[in-house]
Amino acid sequence: MQSTDFGNPIHVESLVRQIHAKSTRPLTLMEVCGGQTHAILRYGIDQLLPPNLRIVHGPGCPVCVTPAETIDRAIEIASSPGVIFCTFGDMLRVPGSQSNSSANDLMHAKSQGADVRVIQSPLDALRIARAESQNTSPGAPIRQVVLFAIGFETTAPATAMAIRQAKELQLDSFSALVCHVLVPPALDAIFADVDHGIDGLLAAGHVCTIAGDHPYHRLANQFNLPIAITGFEPVDLLRGILNLVEQLEAKPTSCRVDNLYEHIASAEGNLPAQRTVETVFAVCDQHWRGMGSIPQSGLKLQPQFASFDASSRFPQRIQPGEQTSCCRAADVLRGKIRPIECPAFGTLCDPNHPLGAPMVSAEGACAAYFLYQSLVPLNPSKLTSSVLTQSEFPNPKDNLAP
Amino acid sequence: MSTGDWSCPVANHLSDTITMSHGAGGRLSAQLFDDVFARSYPSPELMAKGDSAVLDWMAKDRLAVCTDAFVVQPLMFPGGDIGKLSVYGTVNDLAVQGAEPVALTTAWILEEGYPIAELAKIARSVGQAAAECSIRVVAGDTKVVERGHAQGCYITTTGIGRVKPSVNLSPQAIRSGDCVLISGPIGDHGMAIMSQRAGLVFDPPLYSDAAPLHRMTLELIAKVPGLRCMRDPTRGGIAASLNELATACGLCFEIQEASVPVRPQVHSACELLGLDPWIVANEGKLLAIVAPDEVELSLEILRNHSIGSLGAKIGTVHDLYKGLVIARTIYGTHRIVPMPAGELLPRIC
Repeated sequence: MQSTDFGNPIHVESLVRQIHAKSTRPLTLMEVCGGQTHAILRYGIDQLLPPNLRIVHGPGCPVCVTPAETIDRAIEIASSPGVIFCTFGDMLRVPGSQSNSSANDLMHAKSQGADVRVIQSPLDALRIARAESQNTSPGAPIRQVVLFAIGFETTAPATAMAIRQAKELQLDSFSALVCHVLVPPALDAIFADVDHGIDGLLAAGHVCTIAGDHPYHRLANQFNLPIAITGFEPVDLLRGILNLVEQLEAKPTSCRVDNLYEHIASAEGNLPAQRTVETVFAVCDQHWRGMGSIPQSGLKLQPQFASFDASSRFPQRIQPGEQTSCCRAADVLRGKIRPIECPAFGTLCDPNHPLGAPMVSAEGACAAYFLYQSLVPLNPSKLTSSVLTQSEFPNPKDNLAP
Repeated sequence: MSTGDWSCPVANHLSDTITMSHGAGGRLSAQLFDDVFARSYPSPELMAKGDSAVLDWMAKDRLAVCTDAFVVQPLMFPGGDIGKLSVYGTVNDLAVQGAEPVALTTAWILEEGYPIAELAKIARSVGQAAAECSIRVVAGDTKVVERGHAQGCYITTTGIGRVKPSVNLSPQAIRSGDCVLISGPIGDHGMAIMSQRAGLVFDPPLYSDAAPLHRMTLELIAKVPGLRCMRDPTRGGIAASLNELATACGLCFEIQEASVPVRPQVHSACELLGLDPWIVANEGKLLAIVAPDEVELSLEILRNHSIGSLGAKIGTVHDLYKGLVIARTIYGTHRIVPMPAGELLPRIC
């Protein structure tokens, strides 16, 4: 249900008409944001586009790309005595590499006694650690509170803030298992492949809100790629798609970075947030589930914060298990195929038994396709209503206003 | 020596908190029954204190029986508490099956150390809700578990209802062309609970929709011959209930997304927590499937009840796909509405 101007059906219809009018040749556009993947599938944006316009989904889900061995570590730490393990909700069902273990995800670890708590923000974990240290009776051991710090540029500042505050408060019972990843280096890895087949990029506006748009100017120049920075709502997405179509249909084609999220994202981004991240983290090479190691694509704690690193605080006993290789997750994440083109999709691989990274979280492209589309594609012409006709149903929203 | 000076070292039956002795079947158990439960809902059957309650019955009526367990946390939430919820939940399970609720039983599992004053509030809430629904609490049980083994209190109920011989509601009665109605905005209960757990405050506030449906359902049954089937979309939200119906009748439910009422604050809470209101629990909403020519009559009945004042037609049933639920978006596109996977897990962004 859309209640804002960014979901207004009249704007959507107008944008769809313009895209149809301007699109003359087959184009493949990539988005790299779990929120955008969901919006496209949930609102059926792809059904509104001309058939020669193909949307593929890059590595836009930080949950999905978290390596299986990091999940193993998370389960191992969460299961340690005296630990309170704080995580975002959608990490709970993501499987590690110990497929023969009875606890190969955090939800099973929780059911077997681990104190796993779902948080909304990294600062919630800090609050839990402070409360534990204040409420523990003198002489009793204070419980360790571990934050599973995952996410892109957008969540890194809150993690950095939590760790900085923990240091200021000398809160030794707090630590973080850090697996933050950076979007532009992953895009470098995708576009460095000469056969990438992608004509234009929809960049996630909220990432630019933090990091600024300069990484995208470099990408556009280096790979001759038009880029539209945009948001998650249907109107945002369609404006982005229209912008890319216009750039690609122009003669000669252009490869500008256009910021369509200008109401929120500025060119330089959020400088205080960037400074906080730089104070706490240094850039490092990082393994991505489904994509392998990508240079300079992750964050590790700076030496002065190293004592808050959960991976060195808790001993590692479990060795990574065998990784399955029978799905085409890597091709999905690189935009070479759409999820439904993978032979394992919906048969060997589904959200309950994910084989590849994009199926593991609800934000992943494969899971989004599984959730919102069936194996047999819907044929809209068979259904009772056609695209963008007046609904016979009254809109009840007016009655619901507070 | 005066007897007035005697003091007897017995356990204090006016203890402030539940102890293991309150569940041991002895004097403290009896005291708890008298002070808390009997005072809150003194039905004749309960006060007879037999091992089972004996109810009068009309031979031609059929008997509907349901059972439900209530483990909600927090025990008190905006718009209700576990006591009220346990009565309404039981009444609603009976109501959507076409039954007139008659009686219920309650089994209480109490945590050692739980304040008796809090328990009394919940028991009073059970009594008030039962009186409001004209249903008697006719039997019960109390057990106490050690501290840490239950979060305050759990309630298990069994409900008994009377079904008139003429009533025959089932998913198999659903036909292509039938219409889907909802009695009001969805997701209120689940989001009230989840927002409280997450410490989120909204203006206007979120309240649970916990309410009994039986007066509305009995009127529908009496006046709408084309009423096919009803559901009370609790856990899993309308997505789960619609999928159950679609699977059971083998037809396709096509729901108009823009017609499904969602309060703006519930919409905002769902956006913040990364949840879909379609999979969020309700505790006072009715999904009804009716014949197309009785939609207006049914909506009129729903809207005459305060809990159904925002009732709406939200979709239709057809046979173009077998056993599927489809949402038609505000843009005219379609998507499959899957059965919810399990526990609601907020998304990271």
